[in-house]
Amino acid sequence: MQWETVIGLEIHAQLATRSKIFSSSATAYGAAPNTQANLVDLGYPGVLPVLNGEAVRMAVRFGLSIGARIARHSVFARKNYFYPDLPKGYQISQYELPIVAEGALEIVLDDGTRKRVGITRAHLEEDAGKSLHEGLPGVSGIDLNRAGTPLIEIVSEPDMRSAQEAVAYMKKVHTLVRYLGICDGNMQEGSFRCDANVSVRPKGQEKFGTRAEIKNLNSFRFVEKAINYEVERQIELLESGGKVVQETRLYDPDKGETRSMRSKEEANDYRYFPDPDLLPVVIDDSYIETVRSQLPELPDEKAARFVRDYGLSEYDAGVLTASREFGAFYEDVVQRVGKEPKLCANWVMGDLAAFLNKDNLEIGASKVDAAALAGLVTRIVDATISGKIAKDVFEAMWESGESADAIIEQKGLRQITDTSAIERAIEDVMAKNPGQLADYRSGKDKLFGFFVGQVMKATGGKANPAQLNELLKKKLAG
Amino acid sequence: MAQSLPEPTVAALARGLAAGRYSAVELTRACLARVEAAQPQLNAFITITAEAALAAAAAADAARAAGRAGPLTGVPIAHKDIFCTSDVRTTCGSKMLANFVSPYDATIVSKLAAAGTVNLGKLNMDEFAMGSSNETSHFGPVRNPWDTARVPGGSSGGSAAAVAARIAPAATATDTGGSIRQPAALCGVTGIKPTYGRVSRYGMIAFASSLDQAGLITVSAEDAALLLGAMAGFDPRDSTSVDSPVPDYAAALDAPLAGLRIGLVREFFEKGLDAECEARIREAIAVYEKLGARVQEVSCPNLPLSVPTYYVVAPAECSSNLARFDGVRFGHRCESPRNLTDLYSRSRGEGFGAEVKRRIMTGTYVLSAGYYDAYYLKAQRVRQLISADFARAFESVDLLLGPTSPTTAFEIGAKVDDPITMYLNDIYTIGANLAGLPGMSIPVGFAGGLPVGLQLIGPHFSEARMLNAAHRYQLETDWHLRAPAAFA
Amino acid sequence: MSLNRNDIENIARLARLELAEAEIPVYVDSLTRIFDFVGELDRAPTEGIAPMAHPLPGLAQRLRADEVTEADAHERYQRNAPRVEAGLYLVPKVIE
Repeated sequence: MQWETVIGLEIHAQLATRSKIFSSSATAYGAAPNTQANLVDLGYPGVLPVLNGEAVRMAVRFGLSIGARIARHSVFARKNYFYPDLPKGYQISQYELPIVAEGALEIVLDDGTRKRVGITRAHLEEDAGKSLHEGLPGVSGIDLNRAGTPLIEIVSEPDMRSAQEAVAYMKKVHTLVRYLGICDGNMQEGSFRCDANVSVRPKGQEKFGTRAEIKNLNSFRFVEKAINYEVERQIELLESGGKVVQETRLYDPDKGETRSMRSKEEANDYRYFPDPDLLPVVIDDSYIETVRSQLPELPDEKAARFVRDYGLSEYDAGVLTASREFGAFYEDVVQRVGKEPKLCANWVMGDLAAFLNKDNLEIGASKVDAAALAGLVTRIVDATISGKIAKDVFEAMWESGESADAIIEQKGLRQITDTSAIERAIEDVMAKNPGQLADYRSGKDKLFGFFVGQVMKATGGKANPAQLNELLKKKLAG
Repeated sequence: MAQSLPEPTVAALARGLAAGRYSAVELTRACLARVEAAQPQLNAFITITAEAALAAAAAADAARAAGRAGPLTGVPIAHKDIFCTSDVRTTCGSKMLANFVSPYDATIVSKLAAAGTVNLGKLNMDEFAMGSSNETSHFGPVRNPWDTARVPGGSSGGSAAAVAARIAPAATATDTGGSIRQPAALCGVTGIKPTYGRVSRYGMIAFASSLDQAGLITVSAEDAALLLGAMAGFDPRDSTSVDSPVPDYAAALDAPLAGLRIGLVREFFEKGLDAECEARIREAIAVYEKLGARVQEVSCPNLPLSVPTYYVVAPAECSSNLARFDGVRFGHRCESPRNLTDLYSRSRGEGFGAEVKRRIMTGTYVLSAGYYDAYYLKAQRVRQLISADFARAFESVDLLLGPTSPTTAFEIGAKVDDPITMYLNDIYTIGANLAGLPGMSIPVGFAGGLPVGLQLIGPHFSEARMLNAAHRYQLETDWHLRAPAAFA
Repeated sequence: MSLNRNDIENIARLARLELAEAEIPVYVDSLTRIFDFVGELDRAPTEGIAPMAHPLPGLAQRLRADEVTEADAHERYQRNAPRVEAGLYLVPKVIE
């Protein structure tokens, strides 16, 4: 039996507003328990919600970036259920009339194929608090700092057919929300969370199979593993005559499996109804146009421009535009060097990226800034140093914070381009290695490399490689 | 009974304070003496804040001495125990909040304090504002000062009883389905429920969010005008608060009524209205005609569906609003909860009274899967029809007049067995809440020795005209000045 | 429409209300009466009529500026909490 996997993702991204969606408490991560929970967040008797305009703007920004229809009239609804991290006994969310309606994103898979993934809707809602269980025997401790943080819930169509596609989509959304400046994408801190709806069906069948929902996957790796495990599980179950139960499951990263959640809400009837404390959110054309005019260049647009203007491959353009900051850094280098965009790209994607990874830094904290890197690349382009030497210079720049020129000067790393100097070095090596010279001249071509190495050694690696090759060939020929 | 207050109305007391005839402290002491004396009989108060009241009165006197007094400085009032008052118990008439000390003030509490009023304490009410007789309070029923074997009406029973017995010159109150107007009628005092959104709901413990409105129970329309001016206005903390300027209600009071077009809602005079009450209503209407108003009949055919509509919408909203009472952050918590479900179910089962539980369950049901369309959506559509009926009526008239309550005050315990019988007390008042319209009740006489109230309903934001109409009637008659002899 | 004991138990569970055994028939009776009463709404002519969520038509939600104006007051707020430890509200263990 051939099986097809069907996946839909629900992503909750915390919006990077200063204050909460319905109250003026701070949203900053990491505060002491309940020190960022005011009366509105605590659901005290008599309090009322007031909508943060920035959350609306961010939602509209997102909607425009996925080509979605923005609802001119959207409504907040109460989702009613009892849970200790939900102080009012209901979550203010959006149900029938979300602020963002149908849109789509294009993803690129590892093999280069492109696929359109539909987005059903995106809506605004408030986050719940947190339950803490560590070191509290028999009880749980509730921290409501997070309660009321604005979320945008992004619901995809069930368009993905593999864990790979799901991860590609999730990464795309992750990049997009950071580009838009609406979410910091910090999965460890919980600002970007993913639930996966997974089902299988016999290949060719139109009807969807029963799906299971896997909650709170907070890394790309976990999403991939959880989906793969779940697909296996469902197929095994169905092939042995069982039925897939529609339920919520959690991924256990230690065991590498998904398991059913103990009935958190039983079969919950959320009793959605429009929140009478909030009026409809009315958005007009001029508001939308203003937000549209403030949109940054989006990742796809930027990547296409890099391909067009800098002659980069699609792959390289994709890597460089993975984040807005990374792309901006690259462009800054290219503008300063004024030429050789591919060389610049190699340096940013190669050595710079490697050092950032090594020290676990984001591009914004790079020890070699764009101006400094541009300085180094310029010295390669004007043949002051070779590409190989440049790698050593870069490392020294990273450690010391000094400029390329300063290090080249200090360490005397200027390339030797003086023809007679190189010739003298070659003659010297030839004289010191008569045996190899004789062997080379009698046909052992491979020894060319030996002579290159010797001359490089003698010149401290500074001989211009191209010139060295040319002159060495001539001299060895006799 | 303790000594009478020097004057019955806020307006007169304010003049007396301004003229130095008595100090705020003296006046407050006099009120407190009456409050204490009447408490065993009426049970109008849940918390009497004597010390704080005297301190506030002293501050008011100091402000006056320093030339900083406003028109309401030093005037004693009391607040319905539904308004959060900082550092003072706010119980909402419920065991659930029996020991709840609010950390903040409701907006209207702050505004009235800023205007210089002195708070005597927190007034008894039906539990969570659910009731029409003040019999569901955890703190015992309130009694009608006109006949203490009878109910004062509800849910603002304490407010109405206190003002009727002249132990507080005025009281704040709330109205979701008639809870200001009906007790005002049953106690022979004046009550006003403003337009939805006119007064802030921030700090007012929510019952049904799209229907609740804060208002006043006073001796006269003039007093209502003075206090409403201080209470009303836009509040950025309340998203349903309307940002439009508050007119000078007092300035508009004396305008002559010649040409005022009054509508009598045919459906209010059909069945269920006590004959004697109807007679008082008709006499009052005759006074309006004498004052120059023109009376015509109007029809609001969907109004008879107000009560069933209300008993879908209000419970739905309250079932959600009361979900926050779970024993976790405040309020009653059961002993030794076995698990989370037990914590919630037992805390709520113990903390809420029967009527509250009944409404929570009704609301939970009408919102639940499979019933939402048939009940909740249906009711909201009927609500639209009812609002449209009123809007159509106001195309040809300026104000609607009619009865407030189908009967005078009934005996305590008489209607507690069948919820529907109790619900029908609000048959005339509920429509205005559904449509968000302002409404008043003013005393217009007696039937069988018990007060009868006349209801006025106006278009949105027509409080000035309504107060004017009520005031002109009160210049012409003196029903509003009658007070029960037992508390003289 | 008539409600039975099962209905009341389900609703009470959804609403987290513990009812005493003796109370249940009382609620069955009163809620049945309420729903009979409310059933009158069926005859209302609501074809093509929109539901009214807010009593004042045509108003739009006000948007608030994105500013933090609250200072930490958790000690004051937690004075009403039945069980608090190290700033956390305590409840029976939440099992996930």
